[in-house]
Amino acid sequence: MAKINWFYFAAPNTFYPLAGKMIPWFAAAAAILAAIGLYVGFFVAPTDFQQGEGYRIIFVHVPTAWMSMFLYVVMAFWAAIGLAFNTRLSSMMAQAIAPTGALMAFLALWTGSLWGKPMWGAWWVWDARLTSELILLFLYIGFMALQASIDDPRRADRAGAVLAIVGVINVPIIYFSVQWWNTLHQGASVSVMKSPSMASTMLWGMLLMALAFWMYSIAVVLVRVRAIILERERTSDWVRDVKARGAAA
Amino acid sequence: MGSFDAFKALVRRDLLLAMRRRADVLTTLIFFVIVVSLFPLGVGPELDTLRQIAPGVVWVAALLASMLALGRLFSADYADGTLEQMVLAPQPLGLLVGAKVVAHWLVSGLPLVFIAPVLGIQYDMPWDALGVLMLSLLVGTPVLGLIGAVGAALTLGLRGGGVLVSLLVLPLYIPVLIFGAGAVDAAATGTGPGAHLSLLGAFLVVSLFFAPWAAALGLKISLE
Repeated sequence: MAKINWFYFAAPNTFYPLAGKMIPWFAAAAAILAAIGLYVGFFVAPTDFQQGEGYRIIFVHVPTAWMSMFLYVVMAFWAAIGLAFNTRLSSMMAQAIAPTGALMAFLALWTGSLWGKPMWGAWWVWDARLTSELILLFLYIGFMALQASIDDPRRADRAGAVLAIVGVINVPIIYFSVQWWNTLHQGASVSVMKSPSMASTMLWGMLLMALAFWMYSIAVVLVRVRAIILERERTSDWVRDVKARGAAA
Repeated sequence: MGSFDAFKALVRRDLLLAMRRRADVLTTLIFFVIVVSLFPLGVGPELDTLRQIAPGVVWVAALLASMLALGRLFSADYADGTLEQMVLAPQPLGLLVGAKVVAHWLVSGLPLVFIAPVLGIQYDMPWDALGVLMLSLLVGTPVLGLIGAVGAALTLGLRGGGVLVSLLVLPLYIPVLIFGAGAVDAAATGTGPGAHLSLLGAFLVVSLFFAPWAAALGLKISLE
């Protein structure tokens, strides 16, 4: 029986072509899912009787908020693996995920404020979820700033990993602190209005869009990790081969 | 030298060094006083407003002051090579980091606790709230020092380290701010600060356990 080499794709030079083959599939999946999800969101899902048409921004808002939190955990996971096992590719993955995660957090805040203006009458309220999303964006920015200011990539990887792990321990603490702070200061004046039973088409639209954002994130992260691999391995032979082939084609 | 002896020796050494450069210690304290005194000039002198914002203002100023002081935590030892000797020492590095944080807190955190009531009086805070303010700072400022040590260790010797450390550390300070200021608020409004102070205590225990280890890891990464 042939022995499977589980770590075959853990090396940058084998992962690079694999990522290149996967990107079109994930990109296509993202486009198709987004098209279906947006169709369901705009044309199939009924108008909300309380919030009117304005609620439809949740089809972007909720998936980006989910992805921003999920990506932080994934980023911390890869950073921790890179720190513990000294695998270069894991740290590159963490570095590649950070900008997408920050983008998702930013989009969640932006769409949240667009939704808040007609619903709450203000562009920004110090709602617990909004506030913790803002802090999450700060954490992403801190991670990227730390990595950007260290010239040696190996040191940047490991320092970023420590920060990401400290951050991931802190995220639940921050989340619950903010929630408690909010209930203490504002009472129940503002709450995310959840209709008691969400129409199932709304839920489907949201899930489709969440999947679309998921696929998009994977595709973009893979593109970025390929760029990082090329940059870091530029002195190695296989990158020279890739370059030579690119020039010939 | 036993681990505990090393701990004591390092605390004593850092305190001695701090006493030789008293101006550094005073700068943090004066900064704290100035920041708190600026708010009435910006907000206006109405005592009703000031009383309301006092806990938050004092706590935010404490956050900023202890963040500014972080630059001194490791940088002098890093510059003259002492830090490398600590990494090489047979005692666990986490313990030595703990000793440095304790000494650092004694000279930069503890003075804030004692000056805070004076600032509270400027804001016309009630007496029991002043006691709670001191207590919350007493429990909360060590947490700030411990979390800050991780940021200071990771940014050691980097260009723009001072601004960078604020970016890393301030978001992590938020729970301490919420419950520190919340405790004083609760005392002022009469709901009782017990729960807030207990949570601050819990933060202190958790950060005492994790932060020296994470800071030691950060130092090793920065020094290699």
